[in-house]
Amino acid sequence: MFLNILPLALVDGIAYACLLFLVSMGLTLIFGVMGILNVAHGAFYAFGGYAAASFIMMVAPATESSWIPLVSLFLVAIVVGTILGGLMEIILIRRAQGYDPILKLLLTFGALLMLEDIQRMIWGAQPYSASEVVNRLGNIELGGITYTTYQLVVVPLTALVAYIGLEYFLRHTNLGKQMVAITHHREVATSLGINAGKIGLITFIIGAILGVLGGALASPTTSLVPGAGADMIVLSFAVVATAGLGQITGALVAALMIGIIRSIAVYMAPEFEVAVPYIIMGLVLLVRPHGLFTVAQARTI
Amino acid sequence: MIYLISFIGAALALLSGYFIPWTTTPIIIGTTYAIAALGVSVMLRAGQVSFGHAMYACISAYTVAFLARAYPGMDALTLIAAGVLVSVLASAVIGVFMVRYRGIFFGMLNLALSMVLFALLGKLYHITGGTDGLRIERPTFLGMELSRGPYEFLLLILTIAIALVLAWWVQRYFRSGNGAALAAIKTNETRLEYLGFSAYAVMWRGYLLSATVVGFSGSLLALIQGLVTPELGLWLRSGEYVFIAILGGAGHAIGAFLGALVFEAVKLTSSAYFPGLWQFILGFTLIIVIFLFPTGFVGQLSKRMKL
Amino acid sequence: MQPLVKTSGLYLAFGGVVAADNIDFELYSGERLAVIGQNGAGKTTFINICTGYLKPAAGKVYFDGQDITAQAPRKIVRLGMGRSFQLPQLFTEHTVRECIQISAARQNPRLSVFKPLADTVDTNEVDSTLELVGLMQDANVLSSDLPEGKRKLLDVAMALALRPKLIIMDEPTSGVASEDKHGLMQTVMNALEERKVTSWFVEHDVDIVAQYASRVAAWINGAIVADGSPDEVLNDPRIKSEVLGN
Repeated sequence: MFLNILPLALVDGIAYACLLFLVSMGLTLIFGVMGILNVAHGAFYAFGGYAAASFIMMVAPATESSWIPLVSLFLVAIVVGTILGGLMEIILIRRAQGYDPILKLLLTFGALLMLEDIQRMIWGAQPYSASEVVNRLGNIELGGITYTTYQLVVVPLTALVAYIGLEYFLRHTNLGKQMVAITHHREVATSLGINAGKIGLITFIIGAILGVLGGALASPTTSLVPGAGADMIVLSFAVVATAGLGQITGALVAALMIGIIRSIAVYMAPEFEVAVPYIIMGLVLLVRPHGLFTVAQARTI
Repeated sequence: MIYLISFIGAALALLSGYFIPWTTTPIIIGTTYAIAALGVSVMLRAGQVSFGHAMYACISAYTVAFLARAYPGMDALTLIAAGVLVSVLASAVIGVFMVRYRGIFFGMLNLALSMVLFALLGKLYHITGGTDGLRIERPTFLGMELSRGPYEFLLLILTIAIALVLAWWVQRYFRSGNGAALAAIKTNETRLEYLGFSAYAVMWRGYLLSATVVGFSGSLLALIQGLVTPELGLWLRSGEYVFIAILGGAGHAIGAFLGALVFEAVKLTSSAYFPGLWQFILGFTLIIVIFLFPTGFVGQLSKRMKL
Repeated sequence: MQPLVKTSGLYLAFGGVVAADNIDFELYSGERLAVIGQNGAGKTTFINICTGYLKPAAGKVYFDGQDITAQAPRKIVRLGMGRSFQLPQLFTEHTVRECIQISAARQNPRLSVFKPLADTVDTNEVDSTLELVGLMQDANVLSSDLPEGKRKLLDVAMALALRPKLIIMDEPTSGVASEDKHGLMQTVMNALEERKVTSWFVEHDVDIVAQYASRVAAWINGAIVADGSPDEVLNDPRIKSEVLGN
C-alpha cells in the first residue's frame, strides 16, 4: 500500500511543504535580522489567503484566461504584504527595539489577536477558497497518476524561485549584505553606517510578503476559515525551530521533512497527522537543542 | 497590605456568589484563569515563557473526566487531587528534558507538546470524545449529593480557598532559596552555576510547582463546566495565561489575580459594547500594557506602595 | 604540604593556536599569585580549564588532592574554589544583600523551598562579608545600580560568601579608574586575608602586581615562562620586553 500512495503523498507533501516553507522563510528572516519571533506572521498568511480568494472570486468570472487569476495571486500577495508588513513595522515593531525578546514576542502575539478579529470582521466565518485558479490551469498526467498543474508545478516553482531569489538577494546585493551584517552583529553594523531602521523596515516587508504569499498560494487548494492564521503560525514555528532560528536553507529542509512525513501520515495514520510536525520538532530538539542547522555560539565569559 | 487585599477580594467573591448566584460560575472560571496564570508566572520568574502550560490544565481536567465517568461515586475533592497528581507526575517526567532548554526553545517545546496532546485528544474520538469532549456528571462533594446551586457555591468556596493557599504557597516559594535561585537563572544562570548551584535542578523544581498550580486550575474548571474539551490545552489558551501573568506582573503572586481581573473585565466590557472584537481589544490591551508597564501593573504598584 | 591546586601536562589547542602547552603548575595555600601575560597568552584559558569551564585535551587538574579534571564548574566550586570575573557577573535584579545571601545559601545542603532565603543564612556572616568589602551601606541597592568599582567588589564578595579555600580573580582592577585601583585591590586583598583565602589573580597593572602579589607567574604562548617572586619575574629582561612591553 505504501508504494501505491507514495507518488501522491510526495506531490501533496511537497506542495504543502512549499507553502509552509514560504511562510517559514519569512518568519525566520525576520527573526534572523531583527531578533523578533513574529507571532502575527500567521495573520499575514491568513490575510493573504482571504484577500487572494476574494480577489479571485471577483476577477475570475470577468475573464476566461488561466493566467490572470494566477498572476493576481502574486499581485495580491505583494500589495497586501507590503501594506500589512509596512504598517506593522512602523507602528509596532520599531518601537520595540530595545525590549526583552519575550516581550517583543508578546507584542506580536497581541498584534495577532487584533488581526484575527479584523479578519473576522472583513470576511466573516464562511470558508473562502480560490479553486478557480486550480481549475483553469488543468492537469498533468505522470506515471499513470493525474496531478493538478497547480500543485505539481506552480507551487513548488514559486517556492524555489522565492528561495533562490532571497538567497541571491542576501548574498549578492548591497542591501542583502547589509541585512546579513545586521544579523551577525547589530552594533558593529550600525557603527559601520548601516541604517538599521531602513533595513528593519525592508526586512519586515519582505518577510511579510513571503507570509502573505504562502497564504495566497494556499487559497486555491485550501478553505480559509477563522483560526487558519493561528494554526499556521504554530506550524511555521515548528519548522523554524526544527531548522534553527534564522536558517533559511534549513527551513527548506525542515519544511520538506515535515511536509512529506505529514503527508504520508495522512494516508497511513490519519489520527496522528496533526501531531506529526510537533513530534518531529520535539525529536530534533532533543538531539540538537538549537535546531538542525544552527552553528555553535561562542561562549562569552 | 497584600493579605488585606486578598481577603477582601475573597470575601467579595463569596458574597457575590451567595447573593447573586449567577455570578458564581463566572467567578470560578475567572479564578481558574488566575490560578493558571499564577502557575505560568513561576516560570516567568526564571525569565522563561511557556506557550504550552495549558496542557497541564488539560491533563488534570481529562483525568477528572475519565475518573468521574469510570467511578461515578468518586468525590469531587478526590477527583481534584487525582487530576493534580497526574499533572504533577507528567510534569516531573516532561521536566526532565524540558528544563534543559531556555528562551524561545523552552517556549516552543512546551508548545509542541501541548499541540501533540491537543491533536491526539481531538482525533482519538473513541477514548476522548474528540473535539466534542467529555461530559462530567456532578460528583458528590464531601460525600454529599448536591443540587446545582449548593454544588456551585461550595465549589466557589473551594476555588477561592485553593486560590488563596496557592498564592500564599507560590509567594513563599518566590522568597525561599529556590525562588531566589529561580530568579537568578533569569539574570545570570552561569554565575548561579559558578556558585555551586544546579540550575537544572532549580528549574525542574520550579517547573513541577508551575505544573501543579496549573493542574489545580484544570481540575476546578472541569468540575464547574461539567465538560472537558481539547481547547483546554490549545496554545492560544496558554497564550492567555501568559497574557494575564504579564498583565499583572510576575513580581508577586497577587499579580496573576489582578491580571485576571483586568483580563475578565476587558473581555466582559468588550463583549458587551464591541461584540466580535474582544480579541482585538485584548490584543490591544496587551500591547499597551507592555509599552506602558513593562513590569506589569503589580510591578508599577509595588514601586509606589512598597508592597 | 600538598598543593592546593596542581596541574600536570595540561594541554589544549583551538584551531591552530596552542592555548595551554603542557602546563605543570602548583599553587599552595596562603599564596597570593599574580598571573601576567599578553592578551591571548592563555591565562584565562588556564583558569577556565581549572574551574571546569573548559575540558583539556590532555593532562590533569587537582584541587586539594582531588582529581577535578573535566568536572562541572558547579562541582568544583563546591570543593572550595571561588571565582570572580573580569566583567562582574551579578544577579542584576537582586539587591547587594540578596546576591550575598544566595551565595551564602550554598553552605546549606539544600536550598529551601519554603523558608525565606534570609532565614536560611547566617545574617552575621552576610553582614561581615558586606563590611569586609565596604558594601554595607549599599546592602539594599539593586546590584545593577552600583557603580563599576562596587560591582567588582560585589563580584568578589559573592565568591567570598562561599567560604572558599581559593578565589581566582580575572583582572580585578580592570575597568576601574586608575585612582581607584589601589583602593579596590587593598579592600579585596584585606578581605581575602581576613578570611584566610588563597588568591590567584590575573593582572595587567604592574604596580598592583608588585604591591599585592607574593608570587608572579608569566604566560607566553600558552606556557609559563617565568615563575617566582615579584622582584625576580618583574625584573626579568625577557618578561619586561615580551610581556610587559615598554
